Parts: sequence; structure tokens; C-alpha cells
Amino acid sequence: MASDIKAMSAELARDPSSLVFLDLGEALRRRGQIDAAVRVVVGGLEQNPDMVEGHDLYARILVDQGDLARAEQMWNRVLERSPQHQGAHKGLGFLAYRMGDLGAALEHLELALAADPTDQAVVRALKMVRNTVQELEVGAEAAGGDDPIFAGLEGAEDGLLLVDDRGRVLGGRVTGAGGAEVSEAVAAFLAGAAQEAERTARMLDLGDWRWLVAEGPEGNVYVTPPTGETLLLILRDRSVPSGRLAMLAERAGHVARRWLEEQEL
Amino acid sequence: MTTQFQRLLDGVTQVRGVQGAMLVAAEDGLVVAESLMEGVRGNAVAALAASLYKRFRQAMEAAAAGTPHFLHLQGEGGTLITVPAPDAILVVAVGVPDMNVGLVRLEMLRAAEMVG
Repeated sequence: MASDIKAMSAELARDPSSLVFLDLGEALRRRGQIDAAVRVVVGGLEQNPDMVEGHDLYARILVDQGDLARAEQMWNRVLERSPQHQGAHKGLGFLAYRMGDLGAALEHLELALAADPTDQAVVRALKMVRNTVQELEVGAEAAGGDDPIFAGLEGAEDGLLLVDDRGRVLGGRVTGAGGAEVSEAVAAFLAGAAQEAERTARMLDLGDWRWLVAEGPEGNVYVTPPTGETLLLILRDRSVPSGRLAMLAERAGHVARRWLEEQEL
Repeated sequence: MTTQFQRLLDGVTQVRGVQGAMLVAAEDGLVVAESLMEGVRGNAVAALAASLYKRFRQAMEAAAAGTPHFLHLQGEGGTLITVPAPDAILVVAVGVPDMNVGLVRLEMLRAAEMVG
């Protein structure tokens, strides 16, 4: 290996425009001689600025240096010139995975595999990304991600409930003691309580009722009507103060209104 | 007895923005004692507050949150707060929308303790 590097260095010294800079740069990179690899590749690209393989190699060296942003730029430059470039898609797939953009990672790795179906490193990387995506989907489902309205909201899996003015559950879930679901019962009582709140506010000249907060020994509850025909309940343990409940309710109310608008379309 | 109750209510009504405070029988919504500004309809406040509390207690218990010890209804034009006291009594306060709820709450909880 050392003799190869010596021979390639000699050839490059004789002919600075030689494409041997690619093999020499790669060999130096693999030996961990990153600075030397950079000098060789930069010199080679000065002589051969349109050589996409040189840019691909430089991007991999930049990854070794930890400069992921410039590596991404470099690979994107490669794709501008060669949209099917396997190395660039592979590299961008790796970067996207590192940055948590699993969709982009899948896209680039699938393109890399299409360009070279024999590349076992890409096959392994694709498998890893697909497994990660699957795990995240399972986790989101377990955390209430299957709720059509509140998926993604803090505490969506329990303690958020949207009901109509007749006491029917539209979305969300509330569990009682022992983890049993009590959404239907809560919804039924809630509708009655909300009618009473509306009547009380009207008869005492309090104007339209905006919200109702109740503190109990086992939890605090916030109820608000996101629309004229629906009620939103947020139930949290006593450690969550009413101000925090109000903030959660604002977010959940926005989500609920958007969902209700979508149902009307 | 009435004087003693009214002294309890005075602590609540001294908070700025409070228009009235009452002790109400939880079961039938009748007034036990009251300290109200002119124009506040004591009987209506008592009846409605008791009814609202009862309805909401059912919802809270269904949700396993327990019997509420503080209930705050916020309207665009006013506020109604209810705190249960011993012997099936409710302490009720009504006031402007932006009254100091924290202070009112403290005074109402204090009054509720004294009722027993």
C-alpha cells in the first residue's frame, strides 16, 4: 500500500492533470491521512473541475473531517452534473439519516441502490433506515398517534377529549382508575356540565363562557368550547397548573378546529 | 351565626373585582349567607353555582379526578368561582372577568375551612 501511494504520488507529480489523484486521494483517506488526501483532491479538482468522482471523494473526506454541511453541498453539486450518481445518493442518504430526515434518507438510498444493486453497504443502510422508520411508526401508534385529531400533541394518548354538544366522543381518550377507558362516561357528563355552564353564564350576565377549570384531588381539568357545537376537555395530574392547562388547551383547540373544518370539506 | 359567616365572606369580597360572595347549600342551591354588591342577584347565583358544581362534580368523578375542590367558570363578562366547604356548603364568588383569581381562591379556601 505504501509503495502504491509512493508510485501514485510520483505519477501525479509528473502529470498534475492525471486522474490518478482519485485513487491516491482515496488511498490516503483510507489510511487516515486526511490532510494529505485533501491536498491531493483539491489539487486534482483544480486540474479537473468537472470530474464528479473527485467531488464525490472530496465530500467523503469532508464527512471524515466532520464538515457535514460542506459535504452535502459537494454531493448536491455532483447530482447537478450527474443526477444518478450512486456515490452522491449514498452519501446524501447517510447525511439525511444522521440529521434525522428519514424520508430523504430512504429516497437517496433507494436511488443509490437502483444505480448499483450490488452495493451491500447500501442494502444494509436501507434496511437500517427502514427498521428505524418502522420502530418510530410503532412508537407513535403506541403513544396515541392513531388518534385522528390529537396525534402528535403532548399527552395525546390520554387526557384529551373532544366531544360534541350531545355528549358523543369525537376524538381523544380519557382513562380512569386502573387504566380503564372512561371517555364515553366523561363525554356524557361533560355535555351536561357544559350546558349548565352556558346557562349559568347567560343568566348571570357573564357573557359567553370561555372556559372552566376544576381542581380535584386526583387531577385538574380544563374545559373549553373550541366551537359552538363541541367541547374540549384536558385532564392532567395535579402537578400541571391551570396556566399550563390553558396553554395546552389553546394548542389542542386549534388542532380540533382545524380537524372539524376538514370534516366539513 | 350569620354575622360570623358574613365575616368569612368579607375576606373574599375585599378582593378587588369581586362583586359578591355567598355561602350556598350544595344540595338545593339556597342562600345560607351573602355579601353582595347592589345588582347582583343572589338567589340566581346560588342556584346556578350549586347546579353547575353538581354537574361538574359528576364529570370529574367519571374522569377519576375526584370531587372538585375548586371550580372556576370564566365568561367574557365575568367570573364565577365555587369552592366546597364542609357540611354540604359551597363558597361562591362572582366578579369581573379580570379579578385576581389567585387571591380570591386563597380567601375562599380560607372561608371554606372556617365554615366547618
